[in-house]
Amino acid sequence: MARTDHETAAASTPRPPGRLYRAWDSDLAHAFRTSPVALVAGIVAVVIILAAALAPWIAPHDPFDPGSLVLMDGFTPPMTENEFTGNFYLLGTDDQGRDVFSAILYGARLSLFVGFSAVLFAMVLGVTLGLIAGYRGGWVDSLLMRIADVQLTFPSILIALLIFGVARGFIPPGYREAMAIWVLIVAIGLSDWVQYARVVRGATMVEKSKEYVQAARVIGAHPAKILARHILPNVMGPVLVIGTIGLALAIIAEATLSFLGVGVPPTQPSLGTLIRIGQGFLFSGEWWILLFPALALLALALSVNLLGDWLRDALNPRLR
Amino acid sequence: MTFDRLPKARRSAALLGGAAVALALGAASAGAETIRWARVGDALTLDPHAQNEGPTHALNHHIYETLVGRATDGTLTPRLATEWGIHPDDDTIWVFELREGVTFHDGTPFEADDVVFSLERAMAETSDMKGLHGAVESVEAVDEHTVHVQMEGPAPLYVQNLTNTFIMNREWAEEHDVEEPQDFAGGEESYAVRNANGTGPYTVAERDPEVRTVLEYFGDHWAETPEVSEIIYTPIAEDATRVAALLSGEVDIVQDVPVQDIQRLQETDGITVETGPENRVIFFAYDMGSDELQTANVEGNPFADPLVREAMHLALDRDAIRQVVMRGQSLPTGVTMPPFVNGWTEELDEYPQPDYERAQELLAEAGYPDGFEVTLHTPNDRYLNDEAISQAYVGMLDRIGIDVNLVSQTRSLHFPLIQNRETDFYLLGWGVPTFDSQYIFDFLVHSTEGARGGWNGSRYSNPELDQKIEALATETDLEARNEMIAEIWAQVQEDRVFLPVHNQLLAYAMREGISLPVHPENQPSMTDVSFED
Amino acid sequence: MLAYILRRLLQSVVVMMVVALVSFSLFRFVGDPVSTMLGQEATVADREALRERLGLNDPFVVQFADFVTRAVQGDFGISYRLQQPVTDLILSRLPATLELAAISGIFAFVLGLGLGVYTALKRRGWLSNAIMTASLIGVSLPTFLIGVLLIWIFAVELQWLPSFGRGEVVDLGWWRTGLLTPSGRASLVLPAVTLGLYQMTLIMRLVRAEMLEVLRADYIKFARARGLSDRAVNFGHALKNTLVPVITITGLQLGSIIAFAIITETVFQWPGVGALFINSVQFVDVPVMAAYLVLIALVFVVINLIVDLLYYVVDPRLRADRGAAGH
Repeated sequence: MARTDHETAAASTPRPPGRLYRAWDSDLAHAFRTSPVALVAGIVAVVIILAAALAPWIAPHDPFDPGSLVLMDGFTPPMTENEFTGNFYLLGTDDQGRDVFSAILYGARLSLFVGFSAVLFAMVLGVTLGLIAGYRGGWVDSLLMRIADVQLTFPSILIALLIFGVARGFIPPGYREAMAIWVLIVAIGLSDWVQYARVVRGATMVEKSKEYVQAARVIGAHPAKILARHILPNVMGPVLVIGTIGLALAIIAEATLSFLGVGVPPTQPSLGTLIRIGQGFLFSGEWWILLFPALALLALALSVNLLGDWLRDALNPRLR
Repeated sequence: MTFDRLPKARRSAALLGGAAVALALGAASAGAETIRWARVGDALTLDPHAQNEGPTHALNHHIYETLVGRATDGTLTPRLATEWGIHPDDDTIWVFELREGVTFHDGTPFEADDVVFSLERAMAETSDMKGLHGAVESVEAVDEHTVHVQMEGPAPLYVQNLTNTFIMNREWAEEHDVEEPQDFAGGEESYAVRNANGTGPYTVAERDPEVRTVLEYFGDHWAETPEVSEIIYTPIAEDATRVAALLSGEVDIVQDVPVQDIQRLQETDGITVETGPENRVIFFAYDMGSDELQTANVEGNPFADPLVREAMHLALDRDAIRQVVMRGQSLPTGVTMPPFVNGWTEELDEYPQPDYERAQELLAEAGYPDGFEVTLHTPNDRYLNDEAISQAYVGMLDRIGIDVNLVSQTRSLHFPLIQNRETDFYLLGWGVPTFDSQYIFDFLVHSTEGARGGWNGSRYSNPELDQKIEALATETDLEARNEMIAEIWAQVQEDRVFLPVHNQLLAYAMREGISLPVHPENQPSMTDVSFED
Repeated sequence: MLAYILRRLLQSVVVMMVVALVSFSLFRFVGDPVSTMLGQEATVADREALRERLGLNDPFVVQFADFVTRAVQGDFGISYRLQQPVTDLILSRLPATLELAAISGIFAFVLGLGLGVYTALKRRGWLSNAIMTASLIGVSLPTFLIGVLLIWIFAVELQWLPSFGRGEVVDLGWWRTGLLTPSGRASLVLPAVTLGLYQMTLIMRLVRAEMLEVLRADYIKFARARGLSDRAVNFGHALKNTLVPVITITGLQLGSIIAFAIITETVFQWPGVGALFINSVQFVDVPVMAAYLVLIALVFVVINLIVDLLYYVVDPRLRADRGAAGH
């Protein structure tokens, strides 16, 4: 899983080809170094992503192994020893005796994996369909945009619920738990592709009427080549920004789905599931069960969002 | 359509409310308190026979009345019937003497004919209460205040089935065309869903389902005037919001208090919490009757082996679940029967301490030295901390080598799995509305045949026991009957048909100065509220 | 123009049919309504009889055809759970949701637009940076958590605002509003903020980005060169040109306002259609779920249509483009 994390991380910020490549190589790196917000956000994001990816080596416990949990350790406050077992936990334990610190690392790992995968899925699907719709126009455009309408008609959370329900019907009972995470990725990804498609389609429509594209057409360049060479680089900026914010969104969507009772099994909690469970302890005095996972999610989502913001400005050559 | 109806309903409600207030003022000045009551869900309907469901009955008990009531200690109390018993000459007839001087909210006097009508309505095809009246052959009004219920055979415990069967007024039902409960095929709303005419202590002043229901004291009620003259009932689904509403003083009584919040609320100034046992036992059950399990990774059925079942019992640490998961709010038990139920004994209730080494030895002896893999199904929104209980047990089983996949889902997905026998291993809670062991045997122990064994997901089948269970239904010698019950329990325990965990404790949190005892069926009556001022 | 509207209308009808079909087929997977409708004493025969009465044993096509035929006439049957006509039920809950969505939409749009313009004009100011960062906190936590935290702070600790419900409502005969009473307005604050926070941030960022883009455009430079005041340039030219994409996105966001209303309404016990839907899912109340999804689809298709038409009117380039493409 760790390997996939890195791969998807790289893929969500691909090396933009052509004209943008030069900017990436020099100016962007420079802009990053000189922006304190971006620098801090970048460091926080990298630390969390690394910690999550390396969870099995860093975490003192394996919260996904139910047999290793000692129920009597439940509700141990942070930085104290449990009154029955004498076990010590840095950030305390939850209602199952699960080490909150380890649970956050493992949970973040799961959430990031779901987030990156869902964004990648939505991005590839949305950009491809958006390019096709915007470039071809005509009935293809109409059809795709009407599908997008149907899709947007159902709010994204409902789409995810729907996909979950349908998957339940198709996946044989024994495999449902193992498949849950993939269903989640598809559900979140499918509910989010329209945004990319809309933006890319709009930009493509504007872009294709410009002289350089017309010129390429006249020379007889293959549409796929025109799309990839000329139009894609021009729409990649907004797509990257949507993607970055989409990552934060996907992680939070996963949490929301967990709140609605859909998602990963409770024995393998994601960051969102931890928060869903933790919010039941808001008034009971065990503040650490909610606070620490919430802070971890906030730090992760906030730093990713800030990076997205910065990227949007940095990628816009006219703003520099 | 709602909007045509609302003003009319409002108008009559205002009239009724006005009348009630005037009468209440005349009757007693003590009862002039309003109580704001919140619980997790609303009554689904005011139609008393359309839904056999806790919250629906709880609200309807304020508006309608039953022949007999259930006191907070579980015993029967007179309500619309003042006396009842088996006919001295014919043990297949139940005789009910009815209370005199009772009127319905619309002023019609209450008579024996209303009881005949109501019991027949409760037995109708579209009634959800008919399961409790399966043994009734006919109902007859002998005179204005005596009713005979003719049973198909001797039915010594029939009266226990009547605590949630409400009495309606025949004329009112006929006038509004609600002689039978809602039939969904009809496609029209039944008048009785949002309107009511009962004999209960409160009348409906306002009914906005799932939003707000206002009840006003019915001045002509036969019993003592309660201290509460107005009830404002609001469902609040989210745990945190419900507790917040009490903390911020927006409601006076919260019925479904999450167990983790009880201690904090008790320590909070201005709030008190009352707890008491619910008539509901929580247990695990496993398929011990099939040749193959559906989700196991081994050939055959490990649950069919008594050694495996014993090992699983020894792996269950009930005290740890009580202390951590339930915060002390449960009564661990060794038998699938709440303490209120006839047949319960302290010996049955005893439970073994966990012994993981012995459990592992037993598993090895049974031929599973490395354990096996199986799926456990649990609801996550039905019982107190249901998901957390299952999760804790998954960890305990993991320690003896049984690798459990936990599937946690909403009740509407969970219960069909048990009814359709699609689960090998599951969590279930069982309330016993009749307060008798037979109700447990009928549904959980008897082989699946006809009306019996509907929830026997254990696939337990013991023909000898089946016969005894059937004989219980007609045995009128209560002493002999109790002996039979003890025999059946001994066999059930020996065969380890279930893996009992605990009985739930209920908690009601309220503003300081109010007192409301916990009701074992979680159906508190606001007439029981008292104020210390 | 007329042809365009007609074509879009036709497409909308198709969209509605697809939504109906998809939502209808979903219900086979959410659970068994019969098991939640009957008490625990019900037998297999009882369940079968109820299934038959509800028409659940009919072939899928028959059920769907029946559903569509009746839905077209505005009849969605009786709720399995609350046993009232679904149309009545939804109509009585709709005002609560619409008021909540409208107030949070206005909150999001006004605040988003204002802050967006401010942060664009003062791009390098410290306050702008603070606003930009702070606004992100709101979108970096799940809605349900924000709602619960707001309840905790403003209802429990400070006791300034109600924690649940709509407060006192006034019945106008066809619409029950919470806007006319003090408790009704107070009850709106927390849910509206919870619901609008995300949209507010989105609109603000969008406005800012678009403004920055436009301010760099040649015609703005030209306008400045011509000696127009900053005010005239910023608001007369820049903001006006910014509004097109903002309107589009805001329109599209209505879908997610409704989606998140489900969460917000659940957290605040807000008696709207979203909470009704969630309760229906738990009970497998098929008629209510179907009606809700169709209704949401209808609302959205209409909004989408209006946004498209506005877009068409406001941005002449698209008209020219469509003409050139031979539509």
